[in-house]
Formats: sequence, C-alpha cells, structure tokens
Amino acid sequence: MTMIEAIRDAHDVAMAADDRVVVFGEDVGFFGGVFRCTAGLQEKYGKSRCFDAPINESGIVGTAIGMAAYGLKPVIEIQFADYVYPAYDQIASEAARLRHRSNGDFTCPLVIRMPTGGGIFGGQTHSQSPEALFTHVSGLKVVLPSNPIDAKGLLLSAVADPDPVIFLEPKRLYNGPFDGHHDKPLTSWKNHPLGDVPDGDNAIPLGKATITRDGADVTVLAYGTMVYVAEAAAEETGVDAEIIDLRSLLPLDLDAISASVRKTGRCVIVHEATRTSGFGAELMSLVQETCFYHLEAPVIRVTGWDTPYPHAQEWEYFPGPARVGEALKKVMED
Amino acid sequence: MTSAYEPLSLNVPEPGCRPGDTPDFSDFEIPRAGDVKRPPVDVDPDAIRDMAFSIVRVLNKEGEAVGDWAGDMSAAELREGLRHMMVLRTFDARMLTAQRQGKTSFYMQHLGEEAVSCAFARALQPGDMNFPTYRQAGLLVASGYPMLTMMNQIYSNAEDPLHGRQLPILYSSKEHGFFSVSGNLGTQFVQSVGWAMASAISGDTKIATGWIGDGSTAENDFHAAMVFASTYKAPVVLNIVNNQWAISTFQGIARGGVGTFAARGHGFGIASLRVDGNDYLAVHAVAKWAAERARRGCGPTLIEHVTYRAGGHSTSDDPSVYRSRREAAAWPLGDPLERLKTHLITIGEWSEERHAQAEAEILAEVTAVQKQAEAVGTLGDGKAPSPRDMFEGVYETMPPHLVRQRQEAGY
Repeated sequence: MTMIEAIRDAHDVAMAADDRVVVFGEDVGFFGGVFRCTAGLQEKYGKSRCFDAPINESGIVGTAIGMAAYGLKPVIEIQFADYVYPAYDQIASEAARLRHRSNGDFTCPLVIRMPTGGGIFGGQTHSQSPEALFTHVSGLKVVLPSNPIDAKGLLLSAVADPDPVIFLEPKRLYNGPFDGHHDKPLTSWKNHPLGDVPDGDNAIPLGKATITRDGADVTVLAYGTMVYVAEAAAEETGVDAEIIDLRSLLPLDLDAISASVRKTGRCVIVHEATRTSGFGAELMSLVQETCFYHLEAPVIRVTGWDTPYPHAQEWEYFPGPARVGEALKKVMED
Repeated sequence: MTSAYEPLSLNVPEPGCRPGDTPDFSDFEIPRAGDVKRPPVDVDPDAIRDMAFSIVRVLNKEGEAVGDWAGDMSAAELREGLRHMMVLRTFDARMLTAQRQGKTSFYMQHLGEEAVSCAFARALQPGDMNFPTYRQAGLLVASGYPMLTMMNQIYSNAEDPLHGRQLPILYSSKEHGFFSVSGNLGTQFVQSVGWAMASAISGDTKIATGWIGDGSTAENDFHAAMVFASTYKAPVVLNIVNNQWAISTFQGIARGGVGTFAARGHGFGIASLRVDGNDYLAVHAVAKWAAERARRGCGPTLIEHVTYRAGGHSTSDDPSVYRSRREAAAWPLGDPLERLKTHLITIGEWSEERHAQAEAEILAEVTAVQKQAEAVGTLGDGKAPSPRDMFEGVYETMPPHLVRQRQEAGY
C-alpha cells in the first residue's frame, strides 16, 4: 500500500466506525483530492460526509471548528501546507485554545491534514515545512509520519484524539521512500515492509518515537523524508548512527531521545524546514537540557537554508545524504 | 513629459461629525415604522433585495407598534424584555464602576445596544447556538444565565467557571447556547456557519447565529462565512451589529463604497435586511423570521442591526477624543429602553411608577448579587483560582512537557 492508500484507508476505517467523522477540503469530494488521499470516500459515505470546499483555508478550518464544537469530528485537508497561512488565526487563536479558554465547556477534536516538504520541484509554494509554526502553539498536537503503516496508524489516533491535531504528510514519500538521491530510480512502497499496512483499526499512539536504525556512535533525530536521508547517510559514511524517527513532534518522545543520546554521546538533528527557530532548535535545547553531561561533541543541525524554497536549485536547498553524511563525520571528529 | 491625467489622490472617508462639531444625521434615511413589508419566510433572496437598503421598524414616534412585523409578542413578554434590558444596563453600570474601582481589569458595556441581544435571544429555541462577540451579553441575561456567574467571571474569582483564564466578559455557556467568546474579531462568524453545517449534516433541527461588528465585517472571516453559508445553505442567522463605531473608526471605513452592510449579502445570494436595532419589537420579529427561515431549511439570513454605541468601546476607551459628545443624544433611532417603556405605557401595560419601582428593584438585586460575587473575590485580591490551574485543560490529558513545566513553576 502506498502512503496515499494508507491515508485513504485510515479515513475509510474512521468514517465507517463513526458517523461523526466528516471530511472536506479543496478538491477532496468527487475528485478525491489532488493527491487522491480521499478517493472514493464521497461515493461510499455520501456528499454530506465528504465534500468539496471553497478555496478558503480560513473558512475550511473555521467551519471545521464550529462542526467540532457541535460534536462532529472533522478531518480536513489543506491542499498544501504552504496554503495553511490564511487559516493560521483560526488554528492558533481558536482551535488550539477553545478547550482551555472555555474550561472544557467547548472542545475541538479536529484533524488538519496537509502535505508538507519538498523534493517534488514544487518551488516555494508547494515545498514548505511549517511544522515549527504549529509546535510553537500551545493546545495543538503535531504529527508527521514517514511511512504507510505509521500514516494510517497515526491518522487513526489523530481522529480519535480529543484535541486538534496537525497532521503533516511528507508528500515526497506518498508513493515511495526517498533517501535524497534524486538521480537514482524511484522506489515504491510495493514490496517494502513499511508498505505492508494492516487492515482495520490499527492505531499507533501519538507521542511515541521509533528507532529505525540501531547504532552506537551518534543519535540522529529526524522525521518524515529525512529519516530515509539519514539512513542513506549512515550507510554511505559507515558511521554507526542510531536513527530516531520522531513521528510525533508534539507530544514529543523525550525519553526515547535522551536515552539514545545518553547512550551514543553524540547527536545530529535533521529537518527540511528552514533553520532559524526551526524545530531543530527546540530539539537541540532539549538535548542540551537533558543530556549535556553525556555529550562528547557539540550537537549539529542539518536543515533547509533560511531562504525561500527554490525551484531550480531544489537539490542544493534540500538537506540530502551528502550534507547529513558530512555532519555525521564531523560530529564523530569533534 | 506632461501626463494626460491629473495626479491621483487617495479617498479616505470621514465621519459626519468630530469633537466640537454639531451632530448631523440628516443623510441617514429612516423609513417610517411599519413601511417595510414582512415577506414569507421562504422568500427568494432576490425578491427582497430592497430590504438591504431599508430598515424594518415597528415602534413609531408615538410608541405604537405598527405594520406587518408588529404583534408577535404579548404584553407580559414585552415587560420581561424591558426588564432584561434594564438588568443589562444596570449590570453594566455597576461593573463599569467596579472596573474603575480596580476590582477587575476590563469591562465592555452595551449602552444603547441592549435591544439587539436581549430581543434576539427570545427568538431562539433551546439547543440553538450563538457565536457572540463581546457585546451580546443580553443573550445570556435573556436566557436565564445567572448574573452571579457572570460577575464571578468578570472578577476572575474562585467561582469563575472559566477559572480566570479568559478576559472579563468573554463568557462561555454551552448550556445557554452561548459559544465561548474568543476576543479575536470576526473569527467566530465563520465558526457559526460550521456549527450550522454540522446541524444539517447530522439531520438536526438546531440553528446557529453568528455575530460580528460593523468594523469587523472587513475581516476575511466575514467573507469566508458568507461564502460557506451561501454554498451549503447553512441554517444560520448572520448578524452584523452596526453600532456606527469600531473603537475610533467610523463605520464608513469598513463599509467603503457600498450603500449598507446588509447589501454585502446580495453578492452571495443571501437574504439580507436591516432592522432598527433600538426597536425591541423589530429586532425580535426579524430574528424570529430569520430563525424560522433557517430552521425550515430555507437558508441563511444576513441581518444588519442599525444601532449606536452610546458608551465607550471599552473601559480602555475615551470616545470624546474622536466623536462629538452630543452625537449619542442626537442619534435618530433613540434609546431602546425608553422606546419599549414608552410603548408599554402607550398600550396601558406599564407606568412611570411601575418603571421607577422596577428600576429600584433591579438595582437592589444587582447590587446584592455584586456583594455576593465580591465576597467570593475580585481580581487581584489573592482569591483567584490556583496558578496550577493554568496548566490544566490545554489538552484533555496533560502531555509530559506541560507536567514538567508545571513542576518547574512550583505547582
């Protein structure tokens, strides 16, 4: 199963189990979404449970908040994470705070899905990684799966969650894992163990990281596409890296992070998003706060540059295996 | 090089009157009470386009209720309505003073606008949901929400149902159909449409109401609400309270070149009308019409309540700096309490004596409740909810990082 099919399957399972789950967004109804993540849902569940929305992200999130307050469980799609900014006020000022400000009188169980990240020649309007804009807001949860099994399991947990969840889908991984070697042939989820998605309701709890590669020398903290880039970098440099796929940025599995860093004594943080005030800054602070006396070397970040996401220069911007590999070697030398 | 054109200049609208000027509302067209006909609730929005440029009015200068929109309330209901407005005005006066005395940080009153929310509340049914702004406490007063709880919230004391988390007057009561007031402007207008859509998705018969001020109609959320309400024919009543002033900015800055705020509904095919917001009977009749329309699946209605903010925007505002002190008295639609009182006297259902007696009773009641609330506590007197509480309810289950921060804070 591809990640797209896994996400569609999660919708299907959730909608079949609970009439209150409604799905809407731009092009998600009849067409099934520009990435096809909601294909067939309208036909199966009817137009009142899966429908097209006007091109107004603020309106999509705003109406979904009203629906959640009524008692429905909206699962909405923002067509690209790059388009979420008009909805930011509704997310940060409204959805995130409703439970707290009303002391639980009203709540907002809501999932806001959006494709994130680059690697598809999407230029500056189809490539951004805005996760830190959401982890900075109290009241939100932020989830970012890296494979079909996790995408389905984490989306099911997000739908079941009583609070608003930002669900970021690395679009470069929709059809297959990608390690940053853009000049090599595409790989598919077909025959990949992580594409072997179980049937039914196999929810994966939010807030739990997973170790995708055991290692002794350095801990790599990554999520989304960068998990595969880090794996490639470890193989190519021969550095025995332990790679942690965070999966959920908020809540964050700090126990898994600090246990690994205390073991390895070294840490490299990798994300696609711009560096300054990126989520890597938070990770670095937490590593410093919890593991300082176990560190053998300064923590290194490998990230997108602090520029708009470029078009023609995509692979110079994208933190690929060469850059991550250099960081692995450097952290071992320091 | 000479240009064939004159240099362009920017148009910045100005109100008719500034401090020191003589208020002049001669441009403000006011139809006679009873002139605007009442269409059937399933009317095609196109057939009533003229209603967005007129004003539904019931009470005439003599205090009589006239025309199609009159006659849907009994004398007992009207006396109750008058009482609600008097309670709200008295409550406001006491709380305004309490703020000046340092018992709370902030307050916003309804002076001159009491009819809008008090009358509207009486047109709804249990289970309907209002998405109010900060100036619709009449929705609570008129639906039996305890005044003591309102004051506890204003004082952020130990019995504040919101545990001191929210600014004064940003109440929340699901039980009373009053959605948690955000404090951000315009955001809730579109949420009301979503709530109404959810009612339709669920096959329910409940309706929602959205509220927004004249100034905030300029927000993107207004447009979003109108698009979604129009597309999905949501069972919602969308209310614009045009009280002429958005803090210091007169309504012409948000309204721009269009004739009225209600006329904005035309582009969306939404039934749109204006009502005399200082006429309790007219507001109630229009609200009932629009609510019925929504409940029957005939679609949304946009109502512009034409009123006047006689007081400051909030306790942080001094309106004498930007508008004439005499403007409120010159406002041609008068005072909502006086008008309903006059009507009840005119029809023989009220008197000056009964009014004076009611005023005294209400003042005694509000004062007594205030004493009760202040005995529980006022802001800053050390009896506020525990700081430990601010960490609660951010999420249903407190995540580990918040537990750590709460411990770090010493709670």
